[in-house]
Amino acid sequence: MDELTRIERKKQATLARRHIYTETKKPETFITSLSEEAREAFFASEKKRIELNLRKRKITKGIITGLGVAAAVLISALALVPIFFTFLNSFMSSEEIVSNYNVVFQSMSGHATQGATYMSRMPVLKLIPEEVTIKQYTTLLFMNPEYLFKYWNSIILTLPIVGGQMVVACLASYSFARYRRKRREILFFSYIILMLMPFQVTLVPNYMISDALGILDTIWAIILPGIFSTFAIFLLTKYMRQIPSGYIEAATLDGATEWQIFTNIALPLCKNAIFALTILLFIDYWNMVEQPLVLLTDASKQPLSVFLSQINEPELGIAFAASAVYMIPPLLIFFWGEDYLVEGISRSGIK
Amino acid sequence: MDNRNNINQLNNKGEVIGVRPGSEAVQTDKKEVKLPAVRERQMVQVRTAEEAEEALINRPKPKNVTPLAMQKLTPKDIPVFEDTPERREKLQVRKKRHFKRKLRDWGIFTGYLTPSLAGVMVFFFLPLIMLLKTSFQKSPTNSDFVGFRNYERVLTNEAFISASQNTLTFALISVPLAVILALLIALLLNTGLPGKSLFRSFLLNPMMVPVASVVLIWQVFFSYNGVVNGIAAKIFDSPEKIDWLKSSYAQVVIMLLFLWKNLGYNMVLFLAALNSIPHEILESAAMDGAGPLKRFFSIKLHYLSPTIFFVGIMSLINSFKIFREVYLLTGDYPFDNLYMLQHFMNNSFTHLDYSKLSAGAIVMCIVMIIIVGGLFFAESKFDSDVEE
Repeated sequence: MDELTRIERKKQATLARRHIYTETKKPETFITSLSEEAREAFFASEKKRIELNLRKRKITKGIITGLGVAAAVLISALALVPIFFTFLNSFMSSEEIVSNYNVVFQSMSGHATQGATYMSRMPVLKLIPEEVTIKQYTTLLFMNPEYLFKYWNSIILTLPIVGGQMVVACLASYSFARYRRKRREILFFSYIILMLMPFQVTLVPNYMISDALGILDTIWAIILPGIFSTFAIFLLTKYMRQIPSGYIEAATLDGATEWQIFTNIALPLCKNAIFALTILLFIDYWNMVEQPLVLLTDASKQPLSVFLSQINEPELGIAFAASAVYMIPPLLIFFWGEDYLVEGISRSGIK
Repeated sequence: MDNRNNINQLNNKGEVIGVRPGSEAVQTDKKEVKLPAVRERQMVQVRTAEEAEEALINRPKPKNVTPLAMQKLTPKDIPVFEDTPERREKLQVRKKRHFKRKLRDWGIFTGYLTPSLAGVMVFFFLPLIMLLKTSFQKSPTNSDFVGFRNYERVLTNEAFISASQNTLTFALISVPLAVILALLIALLLNTGLPGKSLFRSFLLNPMMVPVASVVLIWQVFFSYNGVVNGIAAKIFDSPEKIDWLKSSYAQVVIMLLFLWKNLGYNMVLFLAALNSIPHEILESAAMDGAGPLKRFFSIKLHYLSPTIFFVGIMSLINSFKIFREVYLLTGDYPFDNLYMLQHFMNNSFTHLDYSKLSAGAIVMCIVMIIIVGGLFFAESKFDSDVEE
């Protein structure tokens, strides 16, 4: 019986609730006050107005994005001009380059101070060569053994440094990331300071120690300090500290040894960072000028970067091709690993 | 009611939290309460529904169910471990094992660090100590102590002073420029331009180009008879030409090269930071009627401040490395206001004046530590301010 009365009451309550909705009057508004025709006219005009507004907004937005794109195009053109310029000019014949740019280098070597003979002449800036030849490249690569030697020097200096530093850095940063005690943190901070030291400071110690070890004037004087540079350790440690500790705990519970954790968990998770760092290191050491300049007095052992700056009038014909060939390996690596690089750089700024 | 029941069940299972298993307090509970519960369960299956209800109502009250917190533990409930020789042995074994494990951990992680640490010791720390020593000596071979005379010689050297002045002015002008321009470009790219990633890779391209390859172009553009002068002459119709690399404008040219190379890197850092700003905050600010400028200065700048510091430090470090570009463009002895600290060091090498050189290096080392430490300190302080 109780049940029945309850159901009855429920029904009444719902009915009452419904009545409230049905009985409330619609409020008098501007739109309801209009007659039907007027209302339709009003709606149509409103529609038009909104459409117009939308279109206006679209146009202004389009103009703004257009301006933005124009600015971005301008900036990136400024960034790309020197690169394109080098590549396009490397396809000119040697005579054309000499006739175009000889003026520049005559003034560079000090003749211009003697008189106004060159005042009237101007270099001819040409992007598209008159005749496309690969003669520069052939003379450079097949008739100029010195250039190839220097290129080989660059490679033989860069690759061991990059490889060695990556191996050392992986091990060390794993240690820094896993074992965090106070003394380790202090050591890590001193590593950071070492990383931030400019060459002016580190070169003299480098020179002294390689003098003491008797490796001065050999490639080891550059390779060994390069391998133990702390730049990669800093960034990799930052990455490895972001590995969730749960992964490592799970692995230890499953009975993994430290080496297994290192190779099977830490390294694969840091794959992107390792690629990015390899690229960054490669550019850095492919680019190096200071170390070979001080530590390698023997000119035949110096890399191409030092040699390229000494190109003058006599070699002007092949200078552009030499620059282009030197530029190609880093650019290729960049196109291959741009995403890694961008990720690596952007994560290096986040704490 | 509910609470009491729960405790009762716990007692049934013997899972009493807070009392060591094996102590008397637990065992007595277990025996008394568990038995009737089991019996009842068997009976219920036989009875009819009414009987079951009755049984449920008249179920025996659980005895001895004072809540655990109120249970008084007598001293005999608390286990006391006697100092027997067996137990002592056991403890010792355990201690030894713990120590062994700790040692192994330390050994493993130190083992991973060893190659790097050895290398850094040999190639960086040890030489720095040697450097410190020679900076107080008359010469590397003659180990007479001369006090601070070497430092005096360095700090009064005109070349050193002008070199450090040049380096400092370069840093002071180019670092803020690099930060601000990169931030502006990042903001431009972050407004939802089509082809954002394309522009990003275009701007990142200069970073990849070796300086040595670009130097040639820079010479073509900025030498006395260079392209820039040519264009200027055409536009302004003036016969006067500036020899960019041998005038007071020389630093401007190097600055252009510096910006060209570093803007991409800084911009990528800023883009990442801009992407990490929570979207909801920006949107709600826009809903509340904050314009783009207001949004930038009161929201974005706040989130960007750590990145601005980081970019500033990186640019500062890079600006000290500018010697590479200057050397490649102009050689060992450039125009006066391009004579950087590294030139001073390089040229001192050729004079073989090592004690002066090491004093100079120590001075620079100290200055660098002060600058970097100051920046880090300022950053940490600023960060804590922001968090508050």
